[in-house]
Amino acid sequence: MALTTYVEAIRQGIWEEMEKDERVFVLGEDVGIYGGAFKVTAGMLERFGEWRIIDTPISESAIVGAAIGAALMGMRPIAEMQFADFIACAFDQITNFAAKSRYRWGAGVPIVIRAPSGGGVHGGPFHSQNPEMYFVHTPGLKVVCPSTAYDAKGLIKAAIRDPDPVIYFEHKYLYRRIKEELPSDDFIVPIGKAAIRRHGTDISVITYGAMVYTALEAAKELEKEGIDLEVMDLRSLLPFDREAVLDSVKKTNKVILLHEDTRIGGFAGELASVISEEAFEYLDGPIRRITAPDTPVPYSPPLEEFFLPKASDVVRVARELYAY
Amino acid sequence: MAEIKVIMPQMGESIFEGTLTKWLKKKGDRIKRDEPLFEISTDKVDSEIPSPASGVLQDVLVNEGQTVQINTVVAVIGDDLPASGTLEGAAPAPQSRAESTEKPVKTREDRSPEVRSSPLVRRIAKEHEVALAALAGKGTGISGRITKRDILSYIEQGGSVTKTGLTPPAAPAPPTKPAATALQSSALTGDGERVPMTAMRKSIAEHMVHSRRTSAHVTTFFEVDCSRILQAREKSKPDFERAGVKLTVTPFFVQAAASALKRFPIVNSSLDGDTIVYKLAINIGIAVNIEGGLIVPVVKSAGEKNLLGMARAINDLGERARNKKLTPDDVKDGTFTITNPGQYGGLTGTPIINQPQVAIMSMGGIKKRAVVIDDAIAIRSMIILSLSFDHRVIDGATADQFMADIQKQLESWQA
Repeated sequence: MALTTYVEAIRQGIWEEMEKDERVFVLGEDVGIYGGAFKVTAGMLERFGEWRIIDTPISESAIVGAAIGAALMGMRPIAEMQFADFIACAFDQITNFAAKSRYRWGAGVPIVIRAPSGGGVHGGPFHSQNPEMYFVHTPGLKVVCPSTAYDAKGLIKAAIRDPDPVIYFEHKYLYRRIKEELPSDDFIVPIGKAAIRRHGTDISVITYGAMVYTALEAAKELEKEGIDLEVMDLRSLLPFDREAVLDSVKKTNKVILLHEDTRIGGFAGELASVISEEAFEYLDGPIRRITAPDTPVPYSPPLEEFFLPKASDVVRVARELYAY
Repeated sequence: MAEIKVIMPQMGESIFEGTLTKWLKKKGDRIKRDEPLFEISTDKVDSEIPSPASGVLQDVLVNEGQTVQINTVVAVIGDDLPASGTLEGAAPAPQSRAESTEKPVKTREDRSPEVRSSPLVRRIAKEHEVALAALAGKGTGISGRITKRDILSYIEQGGSVTKTGLTPPAAPAPPTKPAATALQSSALTGDGERVPMTAMRKSIAEHMVHSRRTSAHVTTFFEVDCSRILQAREKSKPDFERAGVKLTVTPFFVQAAASALKRFPIVNSSLDGDTIVYKLAINIGIAVNIEGGLIVPVVKSAGEKNLLGMARAINDLGERARNKKLTPDDVKDGTFTITNPGQYGGLTGTPIINQPQVAIMSMGGIKKRAVVIDDAIAIRSMIILSLSFDHRVIDGATADQFMADIQKQLESWQA
């Protein structure tokens, strides 16, 4: 059976939804003739035509603004940010209009904003960021971060069908490095459900996006020492799977929160609060965070490598926590 | 080491006295710190009181059945006798700490040697009634910290574990009958045994009469088809079992009530003089039958729980109520109450409102009955729900709309 890459899985998901639902269309910079900066929309212009695959000017604010308008008129737009870093240009449209519309006057805004994010690709400070937390802190939005090809496809389809604005963070580092065999049926991955990638008994590593693989690599290393990690992939950050998080913590009693995003105001802080509020009496050690430091993503490759959390960081912290 | 005076603790903010119902140790017995020493009963909770210190129970100053004010000295614990070290598991108290025990009344002063652990370890210790001091110096964690593995293996090896309820003292005292019994009964008047009310009984009696005097009780009845929730229960049972939760029908009713209370905030209110106080939280009390009376532990923030969380909370409260492990907080701040006479076969009930709340719902038994649906006779699992409400605050129309809301939710339950 053919293996499907993460990036191809996103393309398939969009393609299938466009075949099924003519309200679905794509707009963004270079999505048409060029097929998208990462080729997610390759071949779509030929199949669906220029009314449904729309090349736009270089203005994220205009892209999201137009998408919101179309959604209010009954369409299901998918807006592509060429890099998640530039989503900041559309911040007002997303946080003040898309997120609040349903609460202000009952009109949902069913848009999907695709945001290629993440480092490890030597993209420098403007092409490597993980800006998810601006949106996790905005009630009215949904935020997902798939880590596998299966989830990439299942979550883009779920996002397109969702009645509310969904920010879809796709990790550039995973685009062509991750591949798997996908089922041929029409599946979705529900928003708000975590997945356990590795069952373990000693420490829960709760993470998302590309860091899932960092955690799994560390787990393999630690297995040799008899330290058994459980690796949880959150998949969705808003809403996140509170019950799964608490269940895992109650099982292992020790927890490492891992993300590629920087530390202060990162998702780990929120998780740590929830865990200490709701599972304090199940903790057998301090809640530990492993994150990028509080700096922009460096351009220099050695510095970038230093900046990103690594399997060796997880191994070190897990050993400390295990001994605690 | 000086004598430690053991006092009657305060078991809740508005509680000023308690009845010592049972001594779990006799005068002269050795006792370890945190080992249950006596049982008390207040008008809110019954609980076991752990010993504040290790030593020998030198004096017992209050008899079983006696009610005393809080902070009254009920017993004295003295120095361990010469054969120190034979006390299994008790760690030697460091010199510097022993000094602080000189202050007699402050029972918390007698901290055993500092033992580092974790919230989880302390919880396990409490559940298994292990004094952590027994593991002092045996921790394998960083800085000698006691870890989960340490305490679990200690318990597995027998440790100094005493099961809940405690192994009875070596020579249990014969059950003391109330002294008044024989004297007062008389063949002529036909009276049988005369038994003084327990603290709990008295408090129930007082609350019930007080409520009847306070509220204008009216009761309304609703018949509800339970087919959907029974199906939902069958469907969800295995999932819940995997999560370690036994799913009964009660959580469905509690959840329906919590949801309806959001839409009918007046039912979730109380009356303060001439002012109606709408409660922010939806905290649902569930009447639990326990030995010698009943108690109403409260599911806090019931409006925010999903079915799993609700079932877990209800099971936990019920179990702790029966094991006398409720804390004063568990029975506080209820805003609405549900009682379930149906579990004993009751058809329905007209319950008395739990003051200062304004309504109480009663669940009858679920029973298959012949009902008419679209002019055909069908067999359906039916329940009669009733709501006693305070007509000073809630009108019949509102009460019935509230109950119709619950009925509709239960009859259209989506598994």
